[in-house]
Amino acid sequence: MAAPKASLPTSAVEYEQFRSYLLRYAGLQIRDRAAAEDLVQETLLAALEGNFSGRSSVKTWLTGILKHKIVDHLRRQNREQPLLENDDADRSEADIVDALFAADGHWRDGPAHWPKPDQALENRQFWEVFERCATLMPARMARVFAMREVLELSTDEICKELGITATNCWVMLHRARLVLRECLETRWFGKS
Amino acid sequence: MRFFPKCREVSELLSQAQDRPLTLREKFAVHVHLPLCDACRNFRAQLDVLRAAVRRYLSEDSSR
Repeated sequence: MAAPKASLPTSAVEYEQFRSYLLRYAGLQIRDRAAAEDLVQETLLAALEGNFSGRSSVKTWLTGILKHKIVDHLRRQNREQPLLENDDADRSEADIVDALFAADGHWRDGPAHWPKPDQALENRQFWEVFERCATLMPARMARVFAMREVLELSTDEICKELGITATNCWVMLHRARLVLRECLETRWFGKS
Repeated sequence: MRFFPKCREVSELLSQAQDRPLTLREKFAVHVHLPLCDACRNFRAQLDVLRAAVRRYLSEDSSR
């Protein structure tokens, strides 16, 4: 059976839909908008040349190609600017988290109850806040967070890619989640 | 880890529970702490919201 080429994006509208989805995927992990657009462009080109087997959805297939490109990109980035060689960034990230807890280890101003989070996910304005908060995260923790939550790499894989220990990785993920949480609470959930 | 960890350590464990299975000892520590602590219970629920939000953000049908 011939591969169902017909399911590849054929119309301009369909192409735009895939493109905007892939950009959203790349955008969460790559701050540099131009670099993210390049990777998406490369993905769509590779898709045209590649052979879609029809065993998965086109979206899953394209995301798979993009995922590899993002991992390569992050690998290059990490070579140029290793994650752990930035003591200043580490100190300022640690300060952010230290400020959330009292010296005795209790929350200073603990996480509040978030009313109806399901409804938030249906709200257009929530997503603007979410994007805002994601881009406000300090770059290093955002990178690790995206590798874990967007690329869905395991901690082991992240450690290997970035040349950090599992403990480093957990520390950074913990920080990232605290910071993202704090931002969403301040800008969204705390307001209702 | 202390036998009765404070919120800061519990929040670390709750975060790590999203990335690896906790040991029995760690599970116990969390289990003992959570009923006594609204803030940590809220944090645990929010970790799931964060994960769901990322998934949803990436899915086509997020409302934009």
